[in-house]
Amino acid sequence: MIPEIGHFALLIALVFACCQSVLPLIGAQKNNADLTALAKPLVYANFALLTLAMICLAWAFYFNDFSVTYVAMNSNTQLPWYYRLSALWGAHEGSLLLWVWILSLWTTAVAIFSRSLDDVDIARVLAVMGMIAVGFIAFVVFTSNPFERTFPNFPVDGRDLNPLLQDFGLIIHPPMLYMGYVGFSVVFAFAVAALISGKLDATWARWSRPWTLSAWGFLTMGITLGSWWAYYELGWGGWWFWDPVENASFMPWLAGTALIHSLSVTEKRGAFKSWTVLLAISAFSLSLLGTFLVRSGILVSVHAFASDPTRGLFILIYLLIVIGGALTLYAMRASTVVSTHRYKLFSREVLLFINNVLLVVALVVVLLGTLLPLVHKELGLGSISIGAPFFNQISSIWFIPFSIVLGIAPLIRWKQDKLSRHNKTLFTGLVLTLLLSLTFYLPLALDSALTMSGIVLASWIICLTLLEVIKNKSVKKLSLSHWGMVFGHLGFAVLIIGIAVTQFSTVEKNLRMKPGESVNIQGYDFTFESIDFVKGPNYSAYMGEFEVVKGNSQVHLHAEKRYYNVQSNVMTEAGIDAGLWRDLYVALGESLDDGSWGVRLYVKPFVRWIWLGGILMVVAAAFCLADPRYRSILAAKLTTSKAG
Amino acid sequence: MNPRRQKRLYTALVLVSGLAITIGLVLYALKENIDLFYTPNEIVNGKKETGIKPQIGQRLRIGGMVVEGSVKRLGNDLNVQFELADAQSKQNITIVYDGILPDLFREGQGIVANGYLRTPTQVEAFEVLAKHDEEYMPPDLAEAMKGIKHVKPENNPALAKPDASGAY
Repeated sequence: MIPEIGHFALLIALVFACCQSVLPLIGAQKNNADLTALAKPLVYANFALLTLAMICLAWAFYFNDFSVTYVAMNSNTQLPWYYRLSALWGAHEGSLLLWVWILSLWTTAVAIFSRSLDDVDIARVLAVMGMIAVGFIAFVVFTSNPFERTFPNFPVDGRDLNPLLQDFGLIIHPPMLYMGYVGFSVVFAFAVAALISGKLDATWARWSRPWTLSAWGFLTMGITLGSWWAYYELGWGGWWFWDPVENASFMPWLAGTALIHSLSVTEKRGAFKSWTVLLAISAFSLSLLGTFLVRSGILVSVHAFASDPTRGLFILIYLLIVIGGALTLYAMRASTVVSTHRYKLFSREVLLFINNVLLVVALVVVLLGTLLPLVHKELGLGSISIGAPFFNQISSIWFIPFSIVLGIAPLIRWKQDKLSRHNKTLFTGLVLTLLLSLTFYLPLALDSALTMSGIVLASWIICLTLLEVIKNKSVKKLSLSHWGMVFGHLGFAVLIIGIAVTQFSTVEKNLRMKPGESVNIQGYDFTFESIDFVKGPNYSAYMGEFEVVKGNSQVHLHAEKRYYNVQSNVMTEAGIDAGLWRDLYVALGESLDDGSWGVRLYVKPFVRWIWLGGILMVVAAAFCLADPRYRSILAAKLTTSKAG
Repeated sequence: MNPRRQKRLYTALVLVSGLAITIGLVLYALKENIDLFYTPNEIVNGKKETGIKPQIGQRLRIGGMVVEGSVKRLGNDLNVQFELADAQSKQNITIVYDGILPDLFREGQGIVANGYLRTPTQVEAFEVLAKHDEEYMPPDLAEAMKGIKHVKPENNPALAKPDASGAY
């Protein structure tokens, strides 16, 4: 009964979404206040219905209703309750339902927080979001219905959740990532609505900024969590694989980062207008492309879980309609968008333009590397793979101009500036950079040129960012969004230091070891103490005990090899001693004939800095959002609307 | 030339050369890092689409079924050797690997390996990937495996144990 209610709610939501995408738009075009006024109630109703659908599916998971196919495929009575609930988004159908629900969450947020916008404008925005919702709800209903029943013969127990997903990281990673992906739909809707109405002004940019920032913050969080999860859960200590699915989340991030910067130019200086609109459309289009790549299974990827070609076709058509429609609209209207602002060759505008160009170049390269294997195969030239070295080579060169500009840009004035004005600061910055690089170089005894160049450039960013803060007359009076920029840039530098050091200074040893043996790696004595057989709630496991000693300090690490009975899957749980300066990483490989084990022993310096950088960037987004500027927009408009 | 045009010319020159450098760099990196995917049959007889055989020393990606009973440990370290076959192959390809095999590596199942071709039928792998869950198989591999998917390994001559092939 309950799953049917969920299904029914989903169907009504589809009808409501259709209304939401058509009626307010007609109202806005024909100046019919009754129709435009329908937008918000429809949005709220939709949110309520989709929430109901989510609750119904969660209910089915919680009470082990295996007559629902999706539950039977992805849950099990032995699964702990929190994983039973997070299993809701553990596979295709449920994760799409989550996608749709998050879309309605964002739409509702727009409806609530934009009370001060003109009713007509907001009706257009909500209508565009309604169109996106129609496509995705239809997708869920017609190709991936999570409420489908297995009657009359339903299983006594479920097939269990993929063990890889039975993890805390996977409880929060998909919702965060989707909040980011789907969050870009808001900016997209604002852009399309503005194209329809022709009102692409500073107000548009001011309204788009907080939404872009929050979507970007969530996406950053999602990617960081995903990387952290892969590191400890996949069992071989990698944190980024340039896998198509990762690239799919990275591309909207790059577009979003470019968008944040170009929006600031559009809002403050009225320049780059049509470029910003194009970026806003691209960011969400890339999110859709990502969904398509992940969900259609056309790409060779270790992440490509369940997939189905008809679904791929559906998303492809939908993708063409949304992106094609938006770009056509853009092509028709872009010529009418004129940026009147003038600036000189050396100005902050130009530096931000270079930032955008570089980010777009990175985006195109990632897109190329991700799609080329696909194109190559479709052309009948055979299957190929483009590995991590391609992306690593390009990004290490790309990073040089990007970080040099990143360091300088915040110092430069809008409109026109002279480099000579900054000679002193740049010189001080250079000296400090060298000093900071030395403090990394000496204790770590780095020998790789790539690590060193990464460190020098990251130090350059850190020093110049801090100098810029000090140069301001009153540090206390700096706005919150200024601090947001500072944290964002520092976060990026920290991330780069983490990558540079981890990538080239990690010591990885894959060894054959028997219990009782020890080995010395980088001054750490790793001892394989014992191996025991243990039982978990839905798995059995070999638990290896390791002791790592260096000087007087010692740590114990447990590495597990788990066997999940239901899906007969094997999982590696790594033993990790985390530290700001280094991680010790132990994972069990395979059991070999004579009682010995294949063992991975890693010393990974600075690996935590990678995620620390990500967290700093999320903090940066939060700071920008907390800036009273945005609240004052809300408050000011609210009072006027009350007065009127 | 007036100064304004001169400035524009310089800007255009910078943009064009930047673009050229970028494209050159990307193409170079691509040339270095594209790995062709082969099945065991294609390594011996050339690629299905183009008929081109891989060259000795070439970096490539190979996907196939691990032949039952072919996994051998050599000596007292992690060195391991096994054979791959697919539906069409008459000659098995030997994979040599020094490292830890993935959790889901099993005899009779599909895997993908990245490595260098050392002899016409031997690949020295630096990476071995197995499918992530029971259902999942990389699309490339699934294609190469077409036709043998539902045949039990012991009934398929291509997958028969090399030492037991005469027993049928």
